[in-house]
Amino acid sequence: MTTAPRNAPMALRVAPMALRLALIILLAALVLAPGLFEPVFAPIAPVGGPVIYTRSSLLSLSLSHLGLVAAASLASTIVAVTLAILVTRPAGEAFRPLSRSITNIGQTFPPVAVLALAVPALGFGVGPTLVALFLYGLLPIFENAMTGLTTLPPQVLEAARGTGLSRRQRLWQVELPLAAPVILAGIRLSLVIALGTATIGSTVAARTLGEVIIAGLLTSNTAFVLQGGLIVGLFAALLYDAMVQIERRLARRMGRS
Amino acid sequence: MIEIDRLTRLYDGKPACDAVSMTIETGTITAIVGTSGSGKTTLLRMINRLVEPSSGEVRINGTPTHSEKPHLLRRRIGYAIQGHGLFPHHTVGRNIGAVPRLLGWPKDRIAARVDELLTLFSMDPSEFRDRFPAELSGGQQQRVGVARALASRPDLLLMDEPFGALDPIIRTRAQDDLRQIQRHLGSTILIVTHDMDEAIRLADRIAVMDAGKLVQYGTPAEIIAHPATPFVAEMVGEADRPLRLLALLQVSELAESGPADGPEIAPDATLRDALSACLWSGRESLPVRGTTQRVTLEAIRSRAGAHA
Ligand SMILES: Nc1ncnc2c1ncn2[C@@H]1O[C@H](COP(=O)(O)OP(=O)(O)O)[C@@H](O)[C@H]1O
Ligand SMILES: [Mg+2]
Repeated sequence: MTTAPRNAPMALRVAPMALRLALIILLAALVLAPGLFEPVFAPIAPVGGPVIYTRSSLLSLSLSHLGLVAAASLASTIVAVTLAILVTRPAGEAFRPLSRSITNIGQTFPPVAVLALAVPALGFGVGPTLVALFLYGLLPIFENAMTGLTTLPPQVLEAARGTGLSRRQRLWQVELPLAAPVILAGIRLSLVIALGTATIGSTVAARTLGEVIIAGLLTSNTAFVLQGGLIVGLFAALLYDAMVQIERRLARRMGRS
Repeated sequence: MIEIDRLTRLYDGKPACDAVSMTIETGTITAIVGTSGSGKTTLLRMINRLVEPSSGEVRINGTPTHSEKPHLLRRRIGYAIQGHGLFPHHTVGRNIGAVPRLLGWPKDRIAARVDELLTLFSMDPSEFRDRFPAELSGGQQQRVGVARALASRPDLLLMDEPFGALDPIIRTRAQDDLRQIQRHLGSTILIVTHDMDEAIRLADRIAVMDAGKLVQYGTPAEIIAHPATPFVAEMVGEADRPLRLLALLQVSELAESGPADGPEIAPDATLRDALSACLWSGRESLPVRGTTQRVTLEAIRSRAGAHA
């Protein structure tokens, strides 16, 4: 879903908005009134079996899923951005390779393995899922924050020093705002990965939309799998789109577009 | 008064700037000229301590610059660079108000100062104040960069090839504007350039640097008429010396009584312009506007040849 250029024909400009609205309505209906979709899913449900997942409210599963993702991504963002700031200061430069390796390991470690390892330490439920999502979310944000903070226009940095901004003022007033669009792009990737990955949290009894999918897999009910997958996918697509819009707006204000 | 006292900076044991001493009078423009790599930027950046000197010191009105925290020192010294370095995420108004804001000026005083400077640089405040730098032309960006450097009425304005990225016509205009604004505000300006023409046009005094050393420091007329070393002579350009000298003098200095025909020339035009007008129109003399006097080709010729 991209925004058409300003001089594009009316239809091209309205189309993305209409598509966005349609997806939001579809998602709301799937979560709030799943019964409406019974005729759609019936053909792929087992004969005589349930078509719509009713064991728990899809709304509460969605909220719990989103809450987990939000909490884990917030933690990843804070840690990854702080780390990137530290290693891009002159004093922290020596730690750059080390911090890269750590975040890389976070990314290459399979989330299932993280869950398996974390359960003995943290028990079943939300804890291990949060850890897995947190570790998994670090790398994209760290890499983007590093890129954003190390590719700032040198003349602007020189001017920031020359006008008498202190180190702290340069960071908050110049470096972070200018790197923001790139950092946000990292957060966007991380969020989308986390939205998908959170589904496996259900295997260790965290309440996520994965519950619907796993119930479908266990009872060979394709309707459940599709229902859960569709909701997660729509959340991911809409969130991705919203973030892209924010990044665009920021970049345009900074004359970087 | 700015006193630069045996200022030296070593890189890997080699001096980029070698024991440079000079005194800059308040309210004047001084140009630092030299080839690329001669240490001009290093000298300039040691003054606001973007580069720390290896030895020597700078005193502004008697106070050594090392007696203050660098970022506080820099708020008293304007700094404008090639490619302007405007903050792309701040409006023109916020860019110009950057140092006053750091100094804690009240909002309305900053706003008034921003509008005053924009007007001074012939940019309508209501039109430009709220624009972002990306929405300006190159020449306008450069003017905003200089306005930002002047905003807090600094003791000293440092400029590092500020007009280097501009095309020739806009560049000449920017130089004229700077000269006019400097006279208006009485600022003290130290400008780095590799362009001797720019130095001669703008500066009250010129410092010529070669391989880290200050090789000559004097008025444009002294530098042109009596270059201290072959390097300075080369910077001035042997063939252009008479024309450069004439460009420093005004028609009124050679005006004499006598008749002349044809279009008049302004009394504050340069002798170089007068020479050009003589040659172009094939006249031996030109009438001086607003007087009954004239300026003759003969007088211009003897003036240009006086130093040869
Ligand atoms: N940060 C630095 N590290 C090492 N050498 C430098 C540095 N800055 C400048 N130099 C050297 O100092 C000399 C003078 O440079 P500079 O002051 O930039 O010259 P200019 O501005 O006249 O072109 C050059 O030889 C340059 O290579
Ligand atoms: Mg230079």
